[in-house]
Amino acid sequence: MSDFFTAFFLVVGALFLLLAALGVLRMPDLFTRLSAQTKAVALGSGSMFMAVLVHFDDVTTDTRAIAGIAFFLVTAPVAGHVIARAAYRLGLPLWEGTVIDEMAPHEERRKAAAAAGQASRDAEQASSTTEEPGGSP
Amino acid sequence: MTDALEFVIFATFALLAVAGGLTMIRLIRGPSLLDRVLALDLLSFIAVGLIVLVVIESGQSVLIDVALGVALVAFVATVAFAQFLEMEGRDE
Repeated sequence: MSDFFTAFFLVVGALFLLLAALGVLRMPDLFTRLSAQTKAVALGSGSMFMAVLVHFDDVTTDTRAIAGIAFFLVTAPVAGHVIARAAYRLGLPLWEGTVIDEMAPHEERRKAAAAAGQASRDAEQASSTTEEPGGSP
Repeated sequence: MTDALEFVIFATFALLAVAGGLTMIRLIRGPSLLDRVLALDLLSFIAVGLIVLVVIESGQSVLIDVALGVALVAFVATVAFAQFLEMEGRDE
């Protein structure tokens, strides 16, 4: 009976990983690829570890399997978010069928703030360099 | 281990091999560097799946640590790579 569950979780996990690979290959832009990948990877790898959990009976292995599942569920969204943020800040093109881009106003504001900060820093630097010759003698 | 489980493990190896092949296509095609980071991340999780299969087939439960180690390295590498690209400000 335990073999049945092991086989079940193995097949489910492999199918989810295959689905993730298919999504990463077929989706039209990076953000949709990320959306396909993060969720399917967390479920697929988690299901693989679930197979280990039901297959072995000793406590040390089971604890590791549970820790592994928790690790996947925590890290997969974080990795996806970091990649997505980097891609958005780098200005990677969105798919032409994208319906809504809620980040756009925030990104505009961030860019404006960064530009203003840079400008004020430049002005400060310019004034300090112009002051310096007068102040040094 | 029963014959049925042997067969399922073999079939799962085949599924993961196909998944790895599809991911390799995306890894080669790109188009941006972050697509390749994403494909590498997925590839390492497919490797974790393969290691889990080896663990169950061989009955060596100690090898589960290898799978955990690969997953850890993959996560840190992905985060570091994405942060680096964001700081550098390039996507090619």
